[in-house]
Amino acid sequence: MDKVLGVLNDAEYTVGGTLLELSYLLAALLFVYGLKLLSHPETARRGNLWAAGGMVLAMLTTLLLHKNAGGGGIPLDNMWIILAAIGVGTVAGWIISRRVKMTDMPQLVSLFNASGGAASALVALLEYPNALAGDIGSILVTVLGLIIGAVAFSGSMIAYGKLDGKVGDVMKPFMTYFNLALLLGLIVLAGYLVVSPNPPVQMLWAIYLITALSLLYGVTFVLPIGGADMPVVISLLNALTGVAAAMAGFIYNNQAMILGGILVGAAGMILTILMCKAMNRSLLNVIIGAFGGGGASAQGEEGNIKEITLSDAAVLLSYSQNVVVIPGYGLAVAQAQHIAHELDTLLEGKGVQVRYAIHPVAGRMPGHMNVLLAEADVPYEKLVEMDSINPDMPNVDVAIVIGANDVVNPAAHHDPGSPIYGMPIIEASHAKNVIVMKRGMGKGYAGIENHLFFEDKTRMLFGNAKDTLQKLVAEIKNF
Amino acid sequence: MESALQFFFTYKEAIFIIALSIFLGIQVISNVPAVLHTPLMSGANAISGVIIIGGIILVGHTDLSTFSLNLVLGILALIFGTLNVVGGFAVTDRMLEMFKKKKK
Repeated sequence: MDKVLGVLNDAEYTVGGTLLELSYLLAALLFVYGLKLLSHPETARRGNLWAAGGMVLAMLTTLLLHKNAGGGGIPLDNMWIILAAIGVGTVAGWIISRRVKMTDMPQLVSLFNASGGAASALVALLEYPNALAGDIGSILVTVLGLIIGAVAFSGSMIAYGKLDGKVGDVMKPFMTYFNLALLLGLIVLAGYLVVSPNPPVQMLWAIYLITALSLLYGVTFVLPIGGADMPVVISLLNALTGVAAAMAGFIYNNQAMILGGILVGAAGMILTILMCKAMNRSLLNVIIGAFGGGGASAQGEEGNIKEITLSDAAVLLSYSQNVVVIPGYGLAVAQAQHIAHELDTLLEGKGVQVRYAIHPVAGRMPGHMNVLLAEADVPYEKLVEMDSINPDMPNVDVAIVIGANDVVNPAAHHDPGSPIYGMPIIEASHAKNVIVMKRGMGKGYAGIENHLFFEDKTRMLFGNAKDTLQKLVAEIKNF
Repeated sequence: MESALQFFFTYKEAIFIIALSIFLGIQVISNVPAVLHTPLMSGANAISGVIIIGGIILVGHTDLSTFSLNLVLGILALIFGTLNVVGGFAVTDRMLEMFKKKKK
């Protein structure tokens, strides 16, 4: 392995070193191939395994073949420490991923994302003193890796806390300015560090200050963002972690890290943009958080709310031919996905066609509803995307809205003054009848009235989604 | 202007890789159906755990003769990185297994 193959740019290269680089190339290709397969339903699972294989390969060859600048391999003692650390992480990661409930998936994704960000920030922080004074490129990537990794870490932790209900939304008008000032300060400090001719060892105070400010920024950046914007934030934080890893890749001039990281960054960015589009808002708007509770122009068109009894609902559903269920975050909170599936099989048994209409931003992360309903064994073909279900809505006998609000609010079409004006919605109001299951008359995240609830064809069923569905299922069974 | 050009020339290979990887990422992911949004995100998230290679290099060449804060932080980075990698891939697999099961 240590046999010298030749000399390139005044440096000798050995068999081991060449094999290592080859393995990185292979790992990078596996990442690309895996991600490609992951974006098609039939091949997704294989894609995930290919990407995992690429990771294991890169880890193994690094452990066995990596040499430091002096040509020394990784000593045996260090290897044991590395293996022990990897062992701890593996056991923890495995147990967590097996035990987690599907309803907690958004939290888990945030938590794993936080740990990736933390790893990137730590690596950058530890490598900073090794950078050469005046080497603008390597100091730049180190500082960027540190900032982005730290922001991704603390931001994801706050996102985790919010999704888990441990942290509330804190929206104060001054926070926007505070965040801008903080970001500006970070950029100035980072710029100063990058162009400073001093050796890094003398600049440690600045790097610690940057670490602290970045962690703080992650917190204050995610804190004001509302629950309904979580799909955007989670995708964005995911993209950031990828970029942080890529920056660290530049420190080691490691192409597998660079390519893998940038790939994740680009993929995360696409998802972010997709989520923004589904809400008809710009990314800047989400981050700055222009959604106030005010909604001044939302007209007070408060009509009468009409409730429906469980038995009437049971009759209505049993005599329908075409039913569409529109799930939202309320379904996830109440963990009502299994009972929803019981309802649809029960109705199918009576010859009723039941489909689920999924809004792209329903829930708290991209694809949240799909995961939940998949857990409850709802067949894949029954989940219909917004654009496919809307033209068919006038033929639907009953639309059941379970714990969703803004994604079915017709104000998005009719009221130019509404904060959600222009957002694509599922046209529940075009169905012949609408049943809305809601905990109470609370307004949606956007803090605006939902005109759908006051329409003549709308009937309300108040209560926890799971309890209500359970009673409804019992009622239909007895019918 | 001149210094910007100089910067580009010094790091031209890196800049090429970044530009092409972004394009590749966009191409590979475009047209992903909504069903796969979550698995794709968590799978991609696991790939960003590639930072673990940095952790291995870091701890691998840390001097063990004296106890240092660097070693502790390096080990921490390794644990976090592994958590990201193993947890991410495992949970993605679990989700996709679920999708598969109900497809038949």
